[in-house]
Amino acid sequence: MSLNIDNLWVINIAGLEIWITETIFNTWLIMFILILIAIIARIKLKNFDEVPKGFQNIIEAIVEIFDNFAVNTLGKKLSYIAPWYFMVFVFVYSSALFSVFGIRAPTADWATTFALAFATFVLMLSMGFKHQRGEYLKSFFGPHPIFFPLNLIGELAKPISLSFRLFGNMLSGTIILTLYYGLTPLLVQFGIPALLHAFFDVIVGAIQTYIFVIISLMYIRNAAE
Amino acid sequence: MESLASVIGVVHIAAAIALSNGILTTFGQSRIVAQAIESIARQPEAADDIRSAMFVGLAMAETSGIYGLLIAIIMLFANPLINILVNLL
Repeated sequence: MSLNIDNLWVINIAGLEIWITETIFNTWLIMFILILIAIIARIKLKNFDEVPKGFQNIIEAIVEIFDNFAVNTLGKKLSYIAPWYFMVFVFVYSSALFSVFGIRAPTADWATTFALAFATFVLMLSMGFKHQRGEYLKSFFGPHPIFFPLNLIGELAKPISLSFRLFGNMLSGTIILTLYYGLTPLLVQFGIPALLHAFFDVIVGAIQTYIFVIISLMYIRNAAE
Repeated sequence: MESLASVIGVVHIAAAIALSNGILTTFGQSRIVAQAIESIARQPEAADDIRSAMFVGLAMAETSGIYGLLIAIIMLFANPLINILVNLL
């Protein structure tokens, strides 16, 4: 763990430098593990029984909890976008959990969180235009056309505040743990950091993931209704 | 060299000032939680709705604190002004 995001390799493709940073490597590592779990779940899906037990129980419980959560926040009509946010939820939370093992969380890089928040922004605009058509465009001109710049800034600030919120929380945990590892003698680096990891990675990670997803869903609901 | 040192000192003071907006942020968050606990005590059957609304409100109130933290971090680790000053010297 370190404060800076290290650069692992530089790949040259036709004179174009592509920097493979720690963030990209960790993102692909987490993606690989998640895809592996998904493939295992897909293979096991064939011999799922009517009465769930064991592995099937866990998978069904997770999917059902998230489905209920999405229907509650989005309403039945819009809940077809729930799978994307399930993916975001699992990715963001597992990246927070993996930082327990000393892997720098990909969400402690603004590029990752901005990509996720920008996806929310695009989804919000497209859902607004899909479900409200002209009405959505009219909502930008607020109570009076003079409010258009204010409304535009308000909309553009959404992905920025959404991404900064997650980024700031994850980065602060990373910085505090790096300072702890860097400043204390080796003697107290066993056992005690577990408490710090439990708070800054597991608890704060869970709360921030929940907040990221629920605020994204609220933006989308506001735009589409 | 002296001017660089004084700029770095000012940057650290500015980072500390930027972080001090955490006082008001924490105050606002404490009010949200106090109100939420009061409502839950009054209506325990609505606890789930109140709790989710409380978390969203806490996140909204936290935004300004996070902005202050990011400004402090940018000033300390990625300050563009120091590069300009180093180029000038």
